[in-house]
Amino acid sequence: MTEEKKKKSVDLASMALIDKASSDQVNLVFDRAEEMKPCPIGLVGSCCSNCGMGPCRVPLPRGKEETPEEKRKRRGICGATAETIAARNFARKIAGGAAAHSDHGRAVAELFLAAAKGEAPGYEIRDEQKLLQLALEWGVEIGNRSNSEIATQIGEKALGEFGRQEGELLFLRRAPLKRQELWRKLGVAPRGIDREIVEIMHRTHAGVDQDYRNLLQQGSRAALADGWGGSMIATELQDILFGTPAPVLSQVNLGVLKEDEVNIIIHGHEPLLSEMIVATAQDPQMVELAKAKGASGINLAGICCTANEILMRHGVPLAGNFLQQELALVTGAVDAMVVDVQCIMESLPDIAQCYHTKIITTSPKDKIGGAMHIEFNERNAILSAKEIVKVAIENFPKRGSNISIPKEKTDLIAGFSHETINYLLGGLFRASYRPLNDNIINGRIRGVAGVVGCNNARTTHNEGHIAMVKELIKNDVLVIQTGCSAMASATAGLMVPEAAAEYAGEGLASVCEAVGIPPVLHLGSCVDNSRILMAATAMVKDGGLGDDISDLPVAGAAPEWMSEKAISIGQYFVASGVFTIFGVNWPTTGSTEVTQFLFKDFEEMYGGMWAFEPDPLLAAKLMIEHIDKKRKALGIDKARERVLYDMTMRRELE
Amino acid sequence: MSKIIASAAIRGAHKILDQAEEKWQMAMDKWGANEPVGFPNTAYYLPVIYGILGIPVEKLGDMEQVLKKCKTIIPPPVREEHPLPYLAPALDAGMVTFFAEEIIEAIRYLEQPDFYVGGEEPTDNNIWLGAADDVILRKRGIEFVDGTAPGFAAILGAAPSSEIAAKIAQELQQKNLYVFMSAEHDGKRFSEQLLEAGVQIGWPTRLVSFGPDVTATVFAAGFAIRASFSFGGIGPGEYRKHLIYNKDRIFAFALPLGYVTDEWYANAAGAINFGFPTIADTPIPEVLPTGICTYEHVVSNVPHDNIVAKAIEVRGLKVTLAEVPVPVAYGPAYEGERVRGEDIYLECGGGRSPAVEWVTSKRMDEVEDGKIEVVGPEITDAGPPSQLPLAIVVEVAGREMQEDFEPILERQIHHLLNYAQGVMHIGQRDIAWLRISKSAVEKGFRLEHLGYILHARLHQDFGRIFDKLQVKIHTEADKVKGIIEQARAVYHTRDARIEGMMDETTDIYYSCTLCQSFAPGHICVISPERTGLCGAYNWMDCKAAYEINPTGPNQPVEKGEIIDAKLGQWKGVNEFVYKASRGNIDHYNLYSIVHDPMTTCGCCECIAAVVPMCNGVMTVNREFTGMTPSGMKFTTLAGTIGGGISTPGFVGHGKYNITQRKFITGDGGIKRIVWMPKMLKEEIAERFKARAEELGTPDLLDQIADETVGTTEEEILPFLQEKEHPALSMEPLF
Repeated sequence: MTEEKKKKSVDLASMALIDKASSDQVNLVFDRAEEMKPCPIGLVGSCCSNCGMGPCRVPLPRGKEETPEEKRKRRGICGATAETIAARNFARKIAGGAAAHSDHGRAVAELFLAAAKGEAPGYEIRDEQKLLQLALEWGVEIGNRSNSEIATQIGEKALGEFGRQEGELLFLRRAPLKRQELWRKLGVAPRGIDREIVEIMHRTHAGVDQDYRNLLQQGSRAALADGWGGSMIATELQDILFGTPAPVLSQVNLGVLKEDEVNIIIHGHEPLLSEMIVATAQDPQMVELAKAKGASGINLAGICCTANEILMRHGVPLAGNFLQQELALVTGAVDAMVVDVQCIMESLPDIAQCYHTKIITTSPKDKIGGAMHIEFNERNAILSAKEIVKVAIENFPKRGSNISIPKEKTDLIAGFSHETINYLLGGLFRASYRPLNDNIINGRIRGVAGVVGCNNARTTHNEGHIAMVKELIKNDVLVIQTGCSAMASATAGLMVPEAAAEYAGEGLASVCEAVGIPPVLHLGSCVDNSRILMAATAMVKDGGLGDDISDLPVAGAAPEWMSEKAISIGQYFVASGVFTIFGVNWPTTGSTEVTQFLFKDFEEMYGGMWAFEPDPLLAAKLMIEHIDKKRKALGIDKARERVLYDMTMRRELE
Repeated sequence: MSKIIASAAIRGAHKILDQAEEKWQMAMDKWGANEPVGFPNTAYYLPVIYGILGIPVEKLGDMEQVLKKCKTIIPPPVREEHPLPYLAPALDAGMVTFFAEEIIEAIRYLEQPDFYVGGEEPTDNNIWLGAADDVILRKRGIEFVDGTAPGFAAILGAAPSSEIAAKIAQELQQKNLYVFMSAEHDGKRFSEQLLEAGVQIGWPTRLVSFGPDVTATVFAAGFAIRASFSFGGIGPGEYRKHLIYNKDRIFAFALPLGYVTDEWYANAAGAINFGFPTIADTPIPEVLPTGICTYEHVVSNVPHDNIVAKAIEVRGLKVTLAEVPVPVAYGPAYEGERVRGEDIYLECGGGRSPAVEWVTSKRMDEVEDGKIEVVGPEITDAGPPSQLPLAIVVEVAGREMQEDFEPILERQIHHLLNYAQGVMHIGQRDIAWLRISKSAVEKGFRLEHLGYILHARLHQDFGRIFDKLQVKIHTEADKVKGIIEQARAVYHTRDARIEGMMDETTDIYYSCTLCQSFAPGHICVISPERTGLCGAYNWMDCKAAYEINPTGPNQPVEKGEIIDAKLGQWKGVNEFVYKASRGNIDHYNLYSIVHDPMTTCGCCECIAAVVPMCNGVMTVNREFTGMTPSGMKFTTLAGTIGGGISTPGFVGHGKYNITQRKFITGDGGIKRIVWMPKMLKEEIAERFKARAEELGTPDLLDQIADETVGTTEEEILPFLQEKEHPALSMEPLF
């Protein structure tokens, strides 16, 4: 990581704005990354600041073999080994990530319950079918009850999952049976969402859990409580409340900002308020007001996962991903940036001062010095939304002359929920995952890869995502994506059906052409990684590809990860049986044992394991090798004879 | 689905739906919402709509909700640039196409009642047959069940020439497939081309001219849906089950010949929902990835001489054909073909000359396998037209051969000879009747070929029970006369032996699960005195079938300890039924209609039903399309009780079974029969009278009402009272 980066971004719009920022004398994340090197001890997970005796530094000696004597001495003041310290740090990252996703899930559940009770005007049940399905799944009586009664009980049950003290999370039952049994056998089936996170914080406190294996197993338990708990609750309840996504055409990149319209950017992760802003921006009264201020309309665009949420459900365009949030301001054309929670840079109000942009925080959990605060009140969401939109409109005339909106914008098709994929593969009357499994078995599709995660200013913006995804689809691996990673691929034009013929291998391209899908599918925000879990489970259940997720020819990656949420996601994928590879850097390299445990021993335990490879092409190669290994184990690595049926064979059909 | 195909299919669906809406609106204006509509003689309304959506369309007004549903399902056109995923919308559009086509065709039946011929064969001035009614469905359905017809080809358009059309049709016939024809290409239609080429079309030759327009393609889908209804026991609205049943069990495909229009694509998209792929002769885009169909979805630009083989491979069908060394085409598709009038070269039997067929066992050293002898004049020694006396003597030998198998082998002669193109065979034994056509003789067909056919096919099907077989064909009057006398003596002995076989004196019954490929829930148990309900398999057939194929669908069932002698229930039979039905049914009675009767599948010949007011039962054969005193037509009865369930008060049975001694003896036997269609009475009159005499009621047949007396209980009761029908004085049925 010490070598100089060649480029800050591979995206032309971003590069132009980086240049503009430089001439506007705006200090960006890219500049800060150059100015400050990462702490080399923290980077490898070898710094412990969990008590007042430290911080203690226990990194591996550089450039020489360590003697057993030296290794024994490499401990913190309290005696904690490098293994314990690396595992503690890793587990705390999981706790941070799982807490973020799950607290998002909790906020959704609270709004859901309020909406069900009629206490959140403006919100209503949009997907009745999904509501009833969930009711059936959770044993909530349907009978002659109203949607509101059913939803109330579902909301209460969902909220109950967070504080659950014993038993198992309800959604664990969605997983393949074999996987559930494995979790129980390994003692990692989560009892409750909050409990597992709290337990990590307890166990990583000075002088508690000092067996790295035990710590990392608790890491799995908390991560599973995220993927099959908090995140899944967020996705499912958001779908019921806001509608299950279906394919929609939209655009991505900073070029979606409009010179002549009031530009409002929605940034963060929870779509609760932004759903209302979407509605408010279309309110004729608001549009009139905008016109009165000299604008020709109101233009909404999103950044980070709030953007993905409203893209998936409403087709609202994406302005950009994590590393483009500052650049959006540098255009000088953003009249308001509304933020909720997670991945919001504290530098925003500073940068906004150079232009006219209003930074508006909306969550009591997320306030930023120098920003304006208009709190989202679910009991009066429309009012909050109107107030925010008005601030933006009023701000439009204050735009300076230093405006430069890049022309770059790319079309994309988004909206691939797991339910939609099921429909898309067979229509109303024959919906199933069969065509996907069939074409994996016959080799047209080699496997499926989930490429997800963040941007990281320590590596060239979007480069890793795009290179990896292109390499995968070239090798007939269908790619499913969420989060900032999805946005990167979309900018590169990989999320339109035409990309199949241009970038995908022949087999994958033929399937894409048959179904009419891009070779890279956008599944939503980072909590929507739960959709990937459901898709993988649906593949297992449809048959022919083994009886557990770990049998599937699939792999996962986060080539430009940076947030603790990514670590939590990676851990729940691994614990669900998926080979998962990260780029940029790896936070346990300070301990060979911990790293080996995650990279090797996990495979024996979970059938899925971690890997680290900063080169996106090499990482893609490792993913393909893993997929091929699974194909071989399934016996689908060779072409199969066509089976022709005669009457006797037909009689034997079940 | 490729973008081009999906775009076209969705456009086509819009056009057809628009047409349906327009026709419906006009019909509503003219006839009103209460006007009855439907296809002729079917219990399944407009079958695709009924099967998939569960909506029974009985009146014009009922179509409104179907059209509304279509409006919600039909997708918008596919965008040229960056289209949204189109496979699913195109498949949905295909289903909408079928719904709309059923509406269009049903309105056509209303407005032009004579547009279609109805029935099995074209007439001189109309070749369009229209929707298959339930009689045809059930009769032909059995061929799908037993494998004589593995599926069908839906041909749209026309071949480049009538010769090519005839060749494709013949190849499909030889593969035992049905051919359903519709739509036109370049002003020509495949059905018309076949007629031009002198090919006989109609259900009997499996070349079915459904209709002149593309909308008639839906009759093929309707046939398929009704197969899953009647044989699969799948209910209305169970769309997924219907479609998967068809994908797994009905080996059908579409063969569009000529320019593929938007409407054709729309129909192809509909067919893909059923798992039926499209194989085209034009260079349209291909859809090779699998998933909805078993293998490829669309394969194109296939040369005509390869198109049938390609279609069969794409559909995943295995057709095993016996090599029969004859100079004409050979296969079940020719069974129904006629040879008449001007076409006849040679005729034997049928009152014109004496004719007989006889299978007899010989010692091993008396038979030289494969030896075919023609003794007397050959076909070409006279005529056309000419007549000859004929005796076909098949001599078999083998260690496994039993005298009981002789009549079974002999019964095969009828269809085996009939399978040859240009050969028509009727009857059996000493009432055999054979015609050979001029064109067959022109192609080189001679009498010896009758022998070659029998040698090849009997070896193939029954090779396990004999080792050697030779055929002697006599055409000299004296010799034939002598053989007839010899054979008659044998027939007499055989009949007496079969008549003497009783359930009581037989320990082994046989199961028949032949139709489980289509009716997975049904299990027949066949005893000497209760022939299978399809009429096709008796106890002896099952015994032979078991000898031939010990792991096949006919298994011996040790009847075991008797539980109820009157109703016909045995411990061993119950145990077998429990196992074979995977625990669904734990017992049934062979001799009762009232108490836990045997299960019924969709292929029964007759259905008996209790007529409470008359204290008796009625029975109706599937050819009778009228109303019956049960308040239901045959087809409704079959739809209600078929599919492998046991329904007290109803039971399916064979025609022959009526005159077997054990027919519903648990409820009082044939003296309970108070109503039968006239045609059935006539068909079984001779045996019925004999049986009635045995019972001391010689006039019973005349005491039984038929449709000329009435078709309700109220109508027939006075007749029964007047005739003093014995049922009226029997103990109450319940």
